Amino acid sequence: MTEKTPVLDALTYVFLMAGILIVGFPIIYAVIAATLPIEEVTRVPMPLIPGDQFLVNIKAAWINGNLGRNLFNSFIMAVGITTGKIVVSLFGAFSIVYFDYRLRTVAFVSVFCTLMLPVEVRILPTYEMAANLLGPFQSLWEMLRLDGVARWVAGHDIEISLEWSLLDSYAGLIMPLVASATCTFLFRQFFLTIPEELCEAAKMDGASAMTFFRKILLPLSKTNIAALVVIEFVYGWNQYLWPLLITTNPKMMTAVIGLQHIIPAADDLPFWNIGLAGALIVMLPPVLVVLLMQRWFVKGLVEKEK
Amino acid sequence: MIKRSIFTSRTLPYLLILPQIVITLTFFYWPALQGLVRSFMLSDPFGGRTQFVWFDNFTALFTNPLYLKSIVTTCLFSALVATLSITIGLFIATMANRALKAKAVIRTLLIWPYAVAPAISGILWLFLLHPSYGVVSYAIKTWLGIDWNPVLKGSDALFMVVMASAWKQISYNFVFFVAGLQAIPTSLIEAAAIDGASPFRRFWTITVPLLSPTLFFVTVMNIIYSFFDTFGVIHTMTQGGPGGATNILVYKVYQDGFIGLNLGSSSAQSVVLMTLIITITVLQFKYVERKVQYVG
Repeated sequence: MTEKTPVLDALTYVFLMAGILIVGFPIIYAVIAATLPIEEVTRVPMPLIPGDQFLVNIKAAWINGNLGRNLFNSFIMAVGITTGKIVVSLFGAFSIVYFDYRLRTVAFVSVFCTLMLPVEVRILPTYEMAANLLGPFQSLWEMLRLDGVARWVAGHDIEISLEWSLLDSYAGLIMPLVASATCTFLFRQFFLTIPEELCEAAKMDGASAMTFFRKILLPLSKTNIAALVVIEFVYGWNQYLWPLLITTNPKMMTAVIGLQHIIPAADDLPFWNIGLAGALIVMLPPVLVVLLMQRWFVKGLVEKEK
Repeated sequence: MIKRSIFTSRTLPYLLILPQIVITLTFFYWPALQGLVRSFMLSDPFGGRTQFVWFDNFTALFTNPLYLKSIVTTCLFSALVATLSITIGLFIATMANRALKAKAVIRTLLIWPYAVAPAISGILWLFLLHPSYGVVSYAIKTWLGIDWNPVLKGSDALFMVVMASAWKQISYNFVFFVAGLQAIPTSLIEAAAIDGASPFRRFWTITVPLLSPTLFFVTVMNIIYSFFDTFGVIHTMTQGGPGGATNILVYKVYQDGFIGLNLGSSSAQSVVLMTLIITITVLQFKYVERKVQYVG
């Protein structure tokens, strides 16, 4: 034990309270604003006593912002990304750690290098890829002048147009974000710490690779999976740039992007009470997930980044 | 690295890694390659002819005053966000580590902003710093006597996006600093206390040096965050304005490429960003490797 310092201890709690207040202030303020009618919200300075318009504002935000549909879309996207990432990474890590094959290192390095290619640095080409998944084949077709070959074979002109678009679809929202170097890396690190004896015993008992995966690896990975569920759900729910690019149909809009339509712009009537009520609804699901699964979340966050 | 005891199968390992490889090839490598190729091309906006122009796009980029300004803005923005959120995060974490009681409650109260989307953080601060209705801007105007107007003044707008971005990042830094602080052996601190070192001296001579790997890591993550993940903040708050004062590199790629359809320039900008993040990642791993060797 170190020495007792009552003054410093008291100061510690004072600073902590101040810190918590600073961190919490934007939310507390938004909650108060969301309970006020518009005349009160636009008073300067805004009163700090909550009003009674909370449900009215929530309802208005729900309807104006089309939140029902948008939240549903966000939910599908977040769950899709979370599940996809975890499944794909579990299989990938299993393949890399428990098998020896010629392209093992190549596979690992190529997955790992995606860490250096976030969507932000390849915006336009990735968009084009999603707009037409078969684009590369089309350009290959044209590059190799295969249309000439086809004409010669068939005896007449053949128009080939390959198109498979992911724009305005759930697959388009989810698939490009499903590859994950960090998740694969985390599972790899974890698998490497699992005692060799487990695998040897399983093999001796005649378990196949997939049985070992299902009956031993998967149950052992539970806490890691729980941690990643929190992190990736938050990641998926909060996606901004990618949904902004590939959705134009209002029916496919995600909740975070949709908020833009209920936040008052410079020339609008300042319905900040409604805008903030909407923002509170949209941030609630990921905040709840983090708070309810806090224990796994903290462990996962720290371990994931190691 | 691989296990000693492994399974043998000709096809299974390939099948298992296949989904990962297919996705990375289609959505990561092919687009990145396309971007790289296109950064050396000049194409007319109507999709007609393309021409190979060597480094013309890059020359144009680095002689463009708007792009140079965007680089300066991004560096300033990133430095401010990292400094602010790291300082506050470290301070609160040190306090929380000292607090003997209520650690769990304190952590709960501090970690939830991690789950708030950058875009929503932008909305909250847009209201707090609104030139006519915001309470923080009211405080700035009446107490500090500053004519606060982020809609018209570039420096105010930059401050605004810095606040929104740094606020969201505090809890992330807090989590890492608390983990780092807990890993420091108490025996060291106690030994120093017995030798008569004051709490502040102990903090500077024991805690900070032992925390330096965490500090380094968190700094790198904050820089990456402020460079790439703050797109939502900029998009909801300022759209890069006023007059490009908050037009950070990532936002400029989006504007020039997706809105302005300037393919060559946008691709060149993407390549610049790619080079940047590759450099950061490689540096980080070099450092981590050294640390591991040092310990082992």
